[in-house]
Amino acid sequence: MAFLDLHGVVKRFGRNAVVDGFTLAVQEGEFVSFLGGSGCGKTTTLRMIAGFETPSEGSIHISGTDVVSVAPNKRGVGMVFQNYALFPNMTVRKNIEFGLMVAKWSSAEIGQRVDEMLTLIHMEELGARYPHQMSGGQQQRASLARALAVRPKVLLLDEPLSALDAKIRERLRTEIRAIQKQTGITTIYVTHDQEEALSLSDRIVVMQSGRIEQVGTPFEIYNRPATPFVASFIGNLNILEATVVDAALGRLSVAGQEVFAAGPVAAGPGVKLSLRPEMLSLEDRPEGANSLAGTLTNIVFLGSIVRLAIGIGNREVFLDRFNTPHLALPAVGTQVSINFPREACLVTEPDPAEALAGVLLAKGN
Amino acid sequence: MRARRGWAWMWMFLGSLYFFIPLLGTFLFSLHGKRGVLSFAAYHRVFADPHFLETFTFSLQMAILTIIVGLTLLIPTVIWIHLRAPWAKPIVETCSLLPFVIPPIVLVFGLIRMYSSPPFQIVSSRGLLVAGYVVLSFPYIYRSVDAGLRAIDLRGLTEAAQSLGAGWGTIMFRVVLPNMRVSLLSAAFLTFSIVIGELTLAVMLAWPAFGPYMAHVGRDLAYEPAAIAILSFLLTWGLIGLMQLASRSIGGQSSTLGGTH
Ligand SMILES: Nc1ncnc2c1ncn2[C@@H]1O[C@H](COP(=O)(O)OP(=O)(O)OP(=O)(O)O)[C@@H](O)[C@H]1O
Ligand SMILES: [Mg+2]
Repeated sequence: MAFLDLHGVVKRFGRNAVVDGFTLAVQEGEFVSFLGGSGCGKTTTLRMIAGFETPSEGSIHISGTDVVSVAPNKRGVGMVFQNYALFPNMTVRKNIEFGLMVAKWSSAEIGQRVDEMLTLIHMEELGARYPHQMSGGQQQRASLARALAVRPKVLLLDEPLSALDAKIRERLRTEIRAIQKQTGITTIYVTHDQEEALSLSDRIVVMQSGRIEQVGTPFEIYNRPATPFVASFIGNLNILEATVVDAALGRLSVAGQEVFAAGPVAAGPGVKLSLRPEMLSLEDRPEGANSLAGTLTNIVFLGSIVRLAIGIGNREVFLDRFNTPHLALPAVGTQVSINFPREACLVTEPDPAEALAGVLLAKGN
Repeated sequence: MRARRGWAWMWMFLGSLYFFIPLLGTFLFSLHGKRGVLSFAAYHRVFADPHFLETFTFSLQMAILTIIVGLTLLIPTVIWIHLRAPWAKPIVETCSLLPFVIPPIVLVFGLIRMYSSPPFQIVSSRGLLVAGYVVLSFPYIYRSVDAGLRAIDLRGLTEAAQSLGAGWGTIMFRVVLPNMRVSLLSAAFLTFSIVIGELTLAVMLAWPAFGPYMAHVGRDLAYEPAAIAILSFLLTWGLIGLMQLASRSIGGQSSTLGGTH
């Protein structure tokens, strides 16, 4: 059994299953992110691990012990909250001491451990500050130190950075990962920011309406999304309707033009072809690559990259170019062709619900 | 800007006149205890009357008991409502308004009828008086405690403490209560001022309390009631001053004072 093991976990509020059949095995020392849109059950799952909610069904084991009936204060699970939740009546030092004091450490040990923690979060100077005398980033670091001081078996972080501004967020997330590697603590990190999940995690759990859509490394999630939801949720994706011409050869037709996928595709008549903007190019067409003709409809400067919109059939495809002073772009309205390798094709079956909606729409017309 | 500031001070001045002139009048009047000269004679006589101290001590004891019982009852209740039973909030809130709707005289007759015959023959116990006082101060205690809890992130703080291994005792005494010190003090203060001046319950249940004493003095004497009024005014402001001191001495506790940020 894995170090942290969730098996068939279900949580219902009334009749509504907010988390449904959640099964996940986390190895010791692993950094796993829960990624998904608002209300998909990330926090609820986290709170069940922490013991603040009781699962309606299923089991949760931490290092081999079934913890479902164990009180939150006996689980050895540390928690970091979005709004820091530092004790406002205590200094940083006292906050970090709190768990150690509860665990009845000797005062010499406590002093040493607190110093260690303050060094870990680079806040040696700020031990005497009260929470309201610190910036959000400093408060969140203090809260991390407080959670880690008692050496929990598992560390849970619920959107710890979402109350901070972009610069601090990036710095702090690098710091969190460094601290996690240094301490080797098993960590679950909840976020709805895909960049955060992709840059931090050993593995990502992508969730939608209480269910796991895909579990995989950031590389797998990004490059081989298992479901249309994952494909559209991660990265900026161009999604095109395609019809299957030859499933075994991976031969598709997009707006009347021929495209080859890297391998065999699903047999259904209609599939979705997803393309990442950074995989497309206007000029070089390597041997055997695909090519689609279209009209350049718009050019948007996004700082380091330039995003071109190209109309193909009734869809618009986005293509990213690095911005350089020598960049020569075709004029809006000209005919261009976009090239991409066969490996760039992410082919997924359409969502049943979406397919149904499509049918209804077609009928409505 | 300066003109606006000037007007603000002007209104402030008028407001304080409204407040201080009667006080000053009472004070001057209280100094006429000896014919023809200004003196503290009335104050001397007040302090010389053993009933003053006796009744005041009695009411003080009752007030402290009421504060202890009221807070012990209501703090866990309101925390429970906040964390586990938000649906009970309207019910408790309605109950907390009842003491305003039902006059104390009705309450005390109810108490006498209910508790003067077996199986509950406790009309003459201090417990019943304290219980009555708890009912009267319920709205004030409830509101103060509720406001104090709303000013802190109760759920976040308790969950953080729990995940650090703390049990409910530690959470209450090290985390929750210290962070609502100011609102607890204000609950205590309001309760104190209700109990010290309370008349109906004390008279009907026949207790030698401060309220009836003041009423008695006010009926029979001229200068002493003014002296007592001034004394109780000073006492009140002394208590408010103590509260301010206490709240200031709690370093870093801005959340209950200035709201969360
Ligand atoms: N105590 C509760 N009672 C009833 N429904 C609840 C309760 N807690 C959460 N829910 C519902 O469960 C669903 C999942 O909530 P959860 O907080 O786990 O989402 P989340 O993935 O953390 O979302 P977010 O990114 O917005 O934080 C939501 O639809 C929410 O309304
Ligand atoms: Mg959440």
